[in-house]
Amino acid sequence: MLELQHISYETEESREILHDINLVVQDRFVAITGPNGGGKSTLAKIIAGIYRPTGGRLLLDGEDITGLSVTERARRGISYAFQQPVRFKGLRVGDLMNLAAGRNADIGEVCAYLSEVGLCARDYIDRELDASLSGGELKRIEIAMVLARGTALSVFDEPEAGIDLWSFQNLIRVFEKMYEQTRGSILIISHQERILNIADTIVLLKNGRVAEYGPRGEVLPRLLRNIDTAPPVCSMLSDPIKEVR
Amino acid sequence: MIDSIQKKLLKEIAGLDGLPVGAYNIRANGAAAGRNTTANIDIITKTDKPGIDIIIAPGTKNESVHIPVVVSQTGLKDLVYNDFYIGENADVTIIAGCGIHCAGDSETAHDGIHTFYVGKGARLRYVEKHYGEGAGRGKRVMNPTTIVHLQEGAVMEMETTQIAGIDDTLRKTGGDLAAGSTLTVHEKIMTTGDQKAVTDFEISLNGEGCSADVVSRSVARDHSRQEFISRIDGNTACAGHSECDAIIMDHACVIATPALTANHVDAALIHEAAIGKIAGEQIIKLMTLGLTEEEAEREIVNGFLK
Repeated sequence: MLELQHISYETEESREILHDINLVVQDRFVAITGPNGGGKSTLAKIIAGIYRPTGGRLLLDGEDITGLSVTERARRGISYAFQQPVRFKGLRVGDLMNLAAGRNADIGEVCAYLSEVGLCARDYIDRELDASLSGGELKRIEIAMVLARGTALSVFDEPEAGIDLWSFQNLIRVFEKMYEQTRGSILIISHQERILNIADTIVLLKNGRVAEYGPRGEVLPRLLRNIDTAPPVCSMLSDPIKEVR
Repeated sequence: MIDSIQKKLLKEIAGLDGLPVGAYNIRANGAAAGRNTTANIDIITKTDKPGIDIIIAPGTKNESVHIPVVVSQTGLKDLVYNDFYIGENADVTIIAGCGIHCAGDSETAHDGIHTFYVGKGARLRYVEKHYGEGAGRGKRVMNPTTIVHLQEGAVMEMETTQIAGIDDTLRKTGGDLAAGSTLTVHEKIMTTGDQKAVTDFEISLNGEGCSADVVSRSVARDHSRQEFISRIDGNTACAGHSECDAIIMDHACVIATPALTANHVDAALIHEAAIGKIAGEQIIKLMTLGLTEEEAEREIVNGFLK
């Protein structure tokens, strides 16, 4: 169980990105959604230990992990899939999968994880994780690495970003399957209704604050209703123009 | 004839646990230490200067030649001229390499000058590895020169590696390519401490439709210094590509000096050079998999040079 208590984050320029976030990730599948710039990715990075919060604390199964490094958190069972997967010259898909699995996984095991995300291991295991792979391929490998780790908490930062529609259909299936099979918790940042649809709990993060937080059955209908009735975004732009006139 | 230190060097540079299969010539401390020839591959000692001629008969397929050199005598300055004649339409692998063990305070050196004459339609894979070790304060110096003459339709792939223990090196590779021939060079270098490595490529693309691809990946650590010079002259309709990709760490210095000359309107020449430190996000990615920062750095460097 991950608990966020009064988490806040300010940049060095004193810009407040997150304000007093209180969350408990206990369910199998928690989705965080909200407008761009609302602080979602910052929150994911704070959970992974990449950013240190400027206030508040994080508890993992009751242990205060606020001061722990990325490595220490990873070893305690937090996995993190980047929104923009990292490319490596020289390191191959098989190398990364082995590092993720934490041992020399046999080819069958690696093949199974890659198959889960719709990649044929034979075609990919010896390929370098460099610019020769497409964004969609990198994204799937990123997810396969988290599957290979099999940790208690898996954090995915917008897994749907940068992938094509065909890959997206498969991605939904991957997460549906993951939901059925996981013994840990999945925390996923997403804008996609189909991903929100399989969440147990939905958190709406807006302007660095928790605006909604509750079971999917309660939160999702409200979110969808608001989207349908919200004024078009461009009206925000038209107001200053009127003043100029 | 071969002692335990030399055995270890052989293992490092050529992966040999014992005598290789097929043709070989082992040189230890400036003298012959073993030779084998086959029906298709002859090895003859030069009479005018130190070194050997390796003569591979036309049409020889799937054979290999090992020509490792080991130097364990501190202060020895070994110089050798090896000429390789690869017959038409042959398809062979040559594994060279040099290991120096320096236990004393005097400079120990090996300069190998290799000249390849690759016949029409022949394919050659040439692998060389340079390695130094030993607790002595004497410098371990290696200055390999490789000269390549590719005839029509010949293909040569060269893999050259220097990962550890060479204090000072000037690595020269020169070549001229006839019509339809292809040269691929993959170089991997790592320097540490106060080591210095200079790589100097000079390739002339002379025959129509020939191509050269020179790729250097290097890691410079500590206070070491590396220089990558690459000159490709396109004298006809041809394709030339050179790439220098370097990771710089600590207080090292890396210089990349590309030079392309197109003497023909259909000469397509490209040079790419990238020098930079390990990207922070690469280290963080591996840390999210449970590696420490040091382990992450090691994996990235090892992968880069693999």
